[in-house]
Amino acid sequence: MSILGTRVIRTEDPRLLTAGGVYVDDLREPELDGAVRATFVRSTVAHAKITSIDTSEAESQPGVVAVLTAKDMTDVPPPPPVDEDAPPAPGPVPLAGKWQEPVLAIDTVRYVGEPVAIVLTDSTYQGEDAAELVAVDYDILPAVPSIEAALKDESLLFPAAGTNTAITGGGDVSDDSIFDGCDVVVEGDVINQRVAALPMEGRATAAAWNDGKLTVWISTQNAQISRLILTALGLAPEQIRVVAPDVGGGFGAKIGTDRDTVAVAWAAKHTGRPVRWVESRYENLVGMTQGRAQLHHVKIGGTRDGKVKAYRLEVIQDSGGYSRMGFFLPMLTNLMAPAVYDFPNVQANYKVVVTNGTPIAAYRGAGRPEATATVERALDWFAAEAGMDPAEVRRINFIKKEQFPFMTKTGAHYDTGDYETAMDQVLEAAGYAELRAEQKARRERGDVKQLGLGLASYVEITAPDPDAGETGRVDVHEDGTATVYTGSSAHGQGHHTAFAMLVTELLGIPMDKVEVIHGDTDLIPEGIGTYGSRSLQLGGSAVHNASLEVKDQAAKLAASLFEASEADVVLDTATGKWQIAGDPDKSLGWGQIAASAEGKTLTANVNFTADKSTFPFGTQLSVVEVDTETGKVTLLRHVTADDAGPVVNPILIDGQRHGGIAQGAAQALCEEVLYDADGNPLTSTLADYAAITAAELPSFELLRSETPTDRNPLGVKGIGEAGTIGATPAVQNAVIDAVAHLGVRHIDMPTTPERVWTAINDAQKGSGK
Amino acid sequence: MKVDLTVNGKNVTADVEDRTLLVHFLRDVADLTATNIGCETTSCGACTVLMDGESVKSCTVLAAQADGREVTTLEGLKGADGGMHPVQKAFHEEHGLQCGYCTPGMVMAIASLIKENPSPTEAEVRSGLEGNLCRCTGYHNIVKAALSAAEASK
Repeated sequence: MSILGTRVIRTEDPRLLTAGGVYVDDLREPELDGAVRATFVRSTVAHAKITSIDTSEAESQPGVVAVLTAKDMTDVPPPPPVDEDAPPAPGPVPLAGKWQEPVLAIDTVRYVGEPVAIVLTDSTYQGEDAAELVAVDYDILPAVPSIEAALKDESLLFPAAGTNTAITGGGDVSDDSIFDGCDVVVEGDVINQRVAALPMEGRATAAAWNDGKLTVWISTQNAQISRLILTALGLAPEQIRVVAPDVGGGFGAKIGTDRDTVAVAWAAKHTGRPVRWVESRYENLVGMTQGRAQLHHVKIGGTRDGKVKAYRLEVIQDSGGYSRMGFFLPMLTNLMAPAVYDFPNVQANYKVVVTNGTPIAAYRGAGRPEATATVERALDWFAAEAGMDPAEVRRINFIKKEQFPFMTKTGAHYDTGDYETAMDQVLEAAGYAELRAEQKARRERGDVKQLGLGLASYVEITAPDPDAGETGRVDVHEDGTATVYTGSSAHGQGHHTAFAMLVTELLGIPMDKVEVIHGDTDLIPEGIGTYGSRSLQLGGSAVHNASLEVKDQAAKLAASLFEASEADVVLDTATGKWQIAGDPDKSLGWGQIAASAEGKTLTANVNFTADKSTFPFGTQLSVVEVDTETGKVTLLRHVTADDAGPVVNPILIDGQRHGGIAQGAAQALCEEVLYDADGNPLTSTLADYAAITAAELPSFELLRSETPTDRNPLGVKGIGEAGTIGATPAVQNAVIDAVAHLGVRHIDMPTTPERVWTAINDAQKGSGK
Repeated sequence: MKVDLTVNGKNVTADVEDRTLLVHFLRDVADLTATNIGCETTSCGACTVLMDGESVKSCTVLAAQADGREVTTLEGLKGADGGMHPVQKAFHEEHGLQCGYCTPGMVMAIASLIKENPSPTEAEVRSGLEGNLCRCTGYHNIVKAALSAAEASK
C-alpha cells in the first residue's frame, strides 16, 4: 500500500511539543558563547536628512561594547556599479545605484524603522537603555505617506531619480474599443491594503567570525540565497556558512534576508565578537517587509446575459521606502489578472512608486491575491449590474475543463483545471440555494442581522520560477538508514515528514529511518529555498528523482551481489528488501547493498528544474452575518474546494489551507498597516495591529479534488498560498453581499465595523460608493 | 534583587535586576528556552506559562512577582504517566502546530483552560484562546486539539 495520500502525523512534532523548537534566540552553539546583543537604533521619522549622529553618551554606558554606524563600514566594499538608468534592482537587498538601499542609513532615512545604528552590549536590557541615548539629528523632509502623495512627485525619496515612480510595465491600456458593444460596463477603484506578514517569530540573526569564516544563523526561508546576499560584505560564498535553525514562520517576509541581518553579520566580523539580534515586535511591525499595498483601477464590460467581453486592470504598487520586489509583485498581478476566466479581451499594466513606508515584499500570495481580489470584486459588480447571481456569472465565464492547457491573454500557460466542478462542489456542500433563501427571508423581514454570501474562484501560479529548480540529495547508509539533503527550507510546512514519505514510498525505508536535513550551506551549498508554493513540486520532485536514482544504483549492486541479471532483481517497498523475482528466500536489505557501494553509501544528487509553473485552483464560499446596527461582521462559515493535484499527506495540505484561509480572512476583516499624514506608523504594536484571533474565526469546511499536472513527476501543484488568495475576496464579497440590498456597492478592506456601518449609512443617505 | 522560585519542580535562585521579566528569567537564568517571546505587550501569548497552576503571560510578569511561587513551562509539562501531557499528545495527533513558535504558549494556555473548564464548547475554546496568536494554523487544528485533549483528560 502506498504511503502517499495517507494521514501521517508529523515527525517534527515531539521535539517541538516537549522541549520547544530551537530558534535563533535559543541557540547555545559554542561559537556563540559570550555573544553580545545587537540593538538597532531606528529612524523615528519617515523622511529626513541625517545631519549628525552622536554616539558618545551611549558608548559610555555600562555593558556597551560598540555603537556602529554607516561611517564604520569602511571594511565593506562599495556595491558593484549599476547602470544609472536602471530601475531598482530586484532582490531583498539592492545595494547600489540611484535607488540605493544601504545596509545602515547613510545620510537619508525613508521610513520609520529604517536601521541607523547598531548598539552592541553584554545584555539585552543594556542595549535598550544605550540605544535610547544615541542622538540622531534629523532635518525633516516632507513625507510621502501614500500612493497619491508619491504620484505628485512633489517630495522625492530619491532626488537623483527625478521621480517617485520607480518602474512602469505591462501592456497598453489606452484602447477603449475593447468595451465596444458591451451592454454592461462597470468600473471602480479597489484598494488592496498594506498588511503585516507577522510571523510569530520575528526576524533574528546570530553571527560569529572565526578564522576567516563567517557563520550566520538566520530566521530565513532561504539559507543559500541569504549566503549570496551576505557576499556583499566582500566575502566569497565559501567563506560564509548560513544556517537556518527552527524558523518561527515566514509567509514570504523571510525570503532571503534583510539589511538588518547583513548589518549584524558585518558587526560580528567587524568587532570579532559573536553577535545576536532578535527583533522586538515593534521592530517587526515597522522593519520587516510588509505585503500587498496595491491600488487598482478596474473596468469590466460584457453582455446582459452575463458574458464578460473585456477586462482592464491598472495596478499601482506602493513599494515603501525601497523597492525590494517592486517589479515582481505587480508583474504577477498583471499576469494573473484574468484569473479563472476566459475573457476575450484583457488589458493590464502596472506602476511602482516609492513612499515613506516600510518596504513591501512578498507576503503569502505575493502579487496573485491582489489579482484575484479585484477580479472577484469586479465580477460581483458586473453580476449585480446585470441582475444575475454571482455563481452564474462565474460559471458562464470560467475557462472550461476541455480548454486546458490554456494560454491566457496575459501570457500565463495554465496546465490543468476544472473550475466549474470546484465551484459546484462548494455550492452543494454549503447548501447555496438554502443559504440564498435564508438571506432572502432575512431581507424581507428586515432583520438587524443580515446574511451575506461571498464567492471567490481562484487560480494561482505556483513555483513561478520553475527553471530555478531545487536540489535534493538522497544518501542510503550501510546501517540501512537514509539521509535527505534538501535545498528547500521548512518553517512549519512539514517538509521533514513529507520528504521522508517520498523516500519511504520509493525505497521502502521506514519513515523513522529517514532523516531530512535542510538549511545549512556547508551541508547543502546549492539550493533555492521556500517561497511561491514551490517546495513539494520542485524540492519534492528532486527528492523523488534522487530516490529513483538511488534505487537504480541499488538494483545494479543487488544484481551483482545476487549474481543475477538486473532485470530479475526487485525491491519490495513494503519491507524495504531486495529480492530476486520469484525467489523470496534470498533477500538483501538496504544496509547490505549500501555496504557494497563505493564509500559504503549510495548517493544521488539531483537539481530538479521544471519547464513551466503549475496552477492550482479552487472556489471558496464565505458566509457572514452583519449586524446592520453596529456594522459588526461575524464569519459564520467558510467552505472551500481546493485542488493542488495529488495529495501527499492530507493533514499537511489541510494545515496549509487552514492557515491560508485565516490570513486571507484577516485581510478582509481586520488587518491593516496604517500611517498618519507624516508617515508615522499607527500600528506598530500588537495592541494596535488587529491580528486575527481564534475568536473571530470558525472552523473551516474543506473539500478536495485532485487534478494532476504533467509538469513534475509527482503531478503536484503548490498549496501554501491558495487559501489566502481565495479567502480574502470570498470574505469581502460576503460582507458586501450582506448589505447590498441596502444600497451598498463596495466596502474597502478591512471591513471593520466602522467601515461597514459608515457604508450602510452613506448608502441610505444616497451617498454610497 | 534576589529571586527564589520553583521552576518545573526545581529551585532556581538568582540575583537579578529589579526590572527582570519572568520570561527573561526563565530563558536566561533558568536556561529554559521553550517559552518564546512574541510581542512584549501581552497580546500574543507566546510566553504563556503556569504560575501556581494558573496561566500567565510571562512577558508582563516581573521575576520578582514570581518570587516564592511555582512556575511550570512547557519543559515541565507531563502527563499522568510521565509522558506527554494530553494537550501535547492532542497537538501531535491533530496537527495543532506548524512552525512551533506559538506552541509552548498555546499548550500551556489550553492546559490551564481545560483545568478550569473540563468540558469546553468550541466557542469557549475560541474565546479562551483570544489572547494567544498563531499565524500558521488558522487555529482550526488548535481548537480541535484543545477539544480532543479535554475529552482525553476526563
